[in-house]
Amino acid sequence: MNDLGFGLALLVVGMGGTLLSLWILSLLVLLLKRFFPYEEVKKADGPSH
Amino acid sequence: MNEALWAGFEGLLLGVSHLTLGHLVMLVIGGLLLYLGIRHGFEPLLLVPIGFGAILVNIPLAGLMEKGGILRTFYDAGVLTEIFPLLIFVGIGAMTDFTPLLENPKILLLGAAGQFGIFSTLLLALALGFTRPESVSIGIIGACDGPTAIYVTSRFAPHLLGAVSVAAYSYMSLVPLIQPPIMKLLTTEREKNVVMAPVRKSVSGRTKILFPIVATVLTSIIAPLGTPLMGMIMLGNLLKESGVVARLKQASEQEIANVVTLLLGLSIGATMQAERFLKIETLLIMVLGLVAIALDTVMGLLFGKLMCLATRGKINPLIGAAGISAFPMAARVAQTEGQRYNKKNYLLMHAMGANTGGQIGSVMAAAIMLSVLRGLGIG
Repeated sequence: MNDLGFGLALLVVGMGGTLLSLWILSLLVLLLKRFFPYEEVKKADGPSH
Repeated sequence: MNEALWAGFEGLLLGVSHLTLGHLVMLVIGGLLLYLGIRHGFEPLLLVPIGFGAILVNIPLAGLMEKGGILRTFYDAGVLTEIFPLLIFVGIGAMTDFTPLLENPKILLLGAAGQFGIFSTLLLALALGFTRPESVSIGIIGACDGPTAIYVTSRFAPHLLGAVSVAAYSYMSLVPLIQPPIMKLLTTEREKNVVMAPVRKSVSGRTKILFPIVATVLTSIIAPLGTPLMGMIMLGNLLKESGVVARLKQASEQEIANVVTLLLGLSIGATMQAERFLKIETLLIMVLGLVAIALDTVMGLLFGKLMCLATRGKINPLIGAAGISAFPMAARVAQTEGQRYNKKNYLLMHAMGANTGGQIGSVMAAAIMLSVLRGLGIG
């Protein structure tokens, strides 16, 4: 493989792989957020008398 | 008696007699790095020890980089073994808050687009006649991430470590000068004025704890050779988010990070010996480093424009420029530029998300590159 082919292979596989990996990671984050939703912390009530 | 006096006197002159023009030039370059770090605050934590290391190693006959010399010992123990950049990563992870990214995970894609400079600069370096391992090391300047650049370069082209590291850290600190003209050129008035909705609080504590674990497992399965890089940054983040190891978190982001930064900077400076540094290749590497960061910015902005289009104007393309690893400078630049065109526009938190995405993206790009290179029989 010549240098141009080597560089182009790295460009395509490298950029494609990075985009794909981070896209999958973003989907996993969405799943995490769905399974473990954010809950507003309720403010403690004042002392009862 | 006279002979002994004369010999002793000659001993005192040995340093002067061995001083070459190259040494003098490197002393000036070391001084320039110190000046940039001290006077202008350009990455002072790194440029000050690098500059001083460059001065130390260019004192004739001092032998600091010869076998047994103190800088050589630091270099062999921490850079050649890749321990220093990895320990720095634990500190970076402990200091990084991924919440803005987790609030809007789509922004992670901007962190991927911002790595285009790595691969395109690699192509340019090959075209200029650098060898494949050298081109890989030059391209990685586009990661805009010092430890990643050092990790990859020490593995593929250790003789370029000085030039690559100085280029990486210098340009990271120059992001506020490099990016704005490109941002101005590549975005329309309408795009610059897009107001993004405030970030909603939507991330639970469990998600923040699970994220570093999930990210490590996923990315390591895809690109196993990058596991040390991603593993260390995510370990640091887990220490932070778990909330149960405050001492380890503090040590990672302060004591360990500080000591390692000092030793790493000195070791990098020590690679800047006149005979290795003063070459036309160094100049080319500096130019290619600038091109790499400019191309990162271009692709980040173009991807931002695409996301703006896909979301029907909900994303301001300016935050695309923050999809690089230079944290938090790139995010601040996006905020400043956004405010320049629309005073009511607060892009900072969105840009912080893209910026932390850029940190993950740069590590992922390096990891994938290492794995692809192994597949191609290099490394």
